[in-house]
Amino acid sequence: MLEKAFQGSKIYWTWIIFLLILITIGTYFYLLQFNTGLGITGLSRDVSWGFYIAQFTFLVGVAASAVMVVLPYYLHNYKAFGKITILGEFLAIGSVIMCMLFIFVDMGQPLRIANVFLYPSLNSPMFWDSVSLLGYIVLNIIISIFTLDAEKKGIKPPTWIKPIIIISIPWAISIHTVTAFLYSGLAARPFWMTAIMAPRFLATAFSAGPALLIILCLLLKKISKFDVGKEPLQNLAIIVTYAMLMNIFFLLLEFFTAFYSGIHHHAEHFQLMYFGLEGNYSLVPWMWVSSILAILSLIFLLIPSLRKSEKTLLWACIFVFCSIWIDKGLAMVVTGFIPNPLGYVTPYWPTLPEILISIGVFATGILVITGLYKIALTVRRELKSF
Amino acid sequence: MDRRKFISLLTGTAAIGVVGKLGFEITAKSEIIKNADKNLDGKRWAMAIDLFKLKKENTYLSCIEACHQAHNVPDILDKNHEIKWIWREKYKHAFIEQEHKNLPDKITTLPVLLLCNHCDRPPCVNVCPTQATWRRNDGIVMMDWHRCIGCRYCIAACPYGSRSFNFVEPKPLIHNITDEFPARTRGVVEKCTFCAEYIVKGEYTKPPDCVSASKGAIVFGNLNDKTSEVYKILTSKFSIRRKPELSTEPEVYYIIEGEEV
Repeated sequence: MLEKAFQGSKIYWTWIIFLLILITIGTYFYLLQFNTGLGITGLSRDVSWGFYIAQFTFLVGVAASAVMVVLPYYLHNYKAFGKITILGEFLAIGSVIMCMLFIFVDMGQPLRIANVFLYPSLNSPMFWDSVSLLGYIVLNIIISIFTLDAEKKGIKPPTWIKPIIIISIPWAISIHTVTAFLYSGLAARPFWMTAIMAPRFLATAFSAGPALLIILCLLLKKISKFDVGKEPLQNLAIIVTYAMLMNIFFLLLEFFTAFYSGIHHHAEHFQLMYFGLEGNYSLVPWMWVSSILAILSLIFLLIPSLRKSEKTLLWACIFVFCSIWIDKGLAMVVTGFIPNPLGYVTPYWPTLPEILISIGVFATGILVITGLYKIALTVRRELKSF
Repeated sequence: MDRRKFISLLTGTAAIGVVGKLGFEITAKSEIIKNADKNLDGKRWAMAIDLFKLKKENTYLSCIEACHQAHNVPDILDKNHEIKWIWREKYKHAFIEQEHKNLPDKITTLPVLLLCNHCDRPPCVNVCPTQATWRRNDGIVMMDWHRCIGCRYCIAACPYGSRSFNFVEPKPLIHNITDEFPARTRGVVEKCTFCAEYIVKGEYTKPPDCVSASKGAIVFGNLNDKTSEVYKILTSKFSIRRKPELSTEPEVYYIIEGEEV
């Protein structure tokens, strides 16, 4: 089946070469980082996690969101999602690969990474996060290979795949819950130490992930004539709407607790994000853009006529995705470190090498997803199912 | 049974065997490490720092100098990449929850020496994914710089800012190397170890370097020993700890009572 990823039009190959160039640039700068140390990033003694870990966190959400198509299809036998489950699973595989790469590029001693499994520490959420992510990618690879292969041969998938699919559903929830536990158990960081971290992660995942899936489906329709149809997209849009509403609700709960209690060390992180703190305003414009995009997206999603039009739905999904990316992929990790436990405000902004390495990782994931989508679409085209 | 089934059965059994053996070895190994030194049992090393004595003749500077020299801590000018095992902080940063604007100058200007608190319940040990940092039976929170993968989770978990990461290669920035102590490599986390290298058979052969340089301002010893100086001083004078509300149980105590200098 893999050979199908290596046959394609001129546009397909141009896209692949473009991604390969980005990967090459990223690799070059990663080697630079590998040889000189993480000093070439914007990270510091006070802000010791930044852009890489934030992308990791955001992408775990995208990976987990596959459950939003898998669950209705396999558990509720919701047939309309039949065409897109494989797209969701492939998106999850690509996202987990990006997650792992982002962890890898963030390590100070990447060659020792096997120590996580050689000296397993059951009390470290990072150990459990590695286990759950590895398990999740294996589950998704098995499920997608066997279901697509069965579809290709026109037979039913093997019966043993069903329990594996059922396991993958709570597993998807678990990967993002454990990722939230990385943060929400740290007494040192009041901004993160909130029980609502895991629910909020899931809400952002289940809005940004399906929003991305809608964007990808509309893109595929345009470039490959692969049309998943109106119904699944509309139902995905409803999932996005509910999840986004929950996300905003959870965010407002955080605001209430922080500002009504008035506890300085809790509120000042939110102040940093939305109003600036001690002359540090770098996140402020971003957070307001994120808020405006969130409001716009909700207007677009909540008005039925706007949600039902593919054009406005596309914009709504782009707004959702960007709004959540700013919140989770830019602000959330860094804000936990500012101010630091001693009260110092140390600004952080990713450096150019850091951004280029990140783009390289993104390009790698997108390359994997492109190849996998190509396989899925070619199989379907040969079956003349579209 | 056909050939295919037989082979898969065979590989399956082999895989279970390998995983099982690995699991056994790992648990056995960590058991050995944990109970390695019975001499450490029943001890609780702790430190009491008298801030007024520390201020006298800028004693704190010699404490920092002595520690950083003995432990090959590099001189990094970029504050963002600094390595600090023991350092000076103002009262308002050291005791951030205990600051108010009407404190007397003699308090707010005190030099507070900060270092690893060697907590009884260290969050850094909890989060480390490779057991590269662990709590010994005598309470010292240790580090294995050859196992650390540089994930910096411990830095995120430490409420005291006591851990530093080697963002750059440290060796060229050590001006006067001490051969008896290892230098670190870039990409690992490091911190104060309570000078555990001076412990032989459970007892210190000489006090930690900051204590030796402190002219009596820092008292160090086994808190479980009721005849120790650190026990006597803590049970007779008022002392505070950093962020006690987090239940980490720090073992570095600060004494702020005393005459004005």
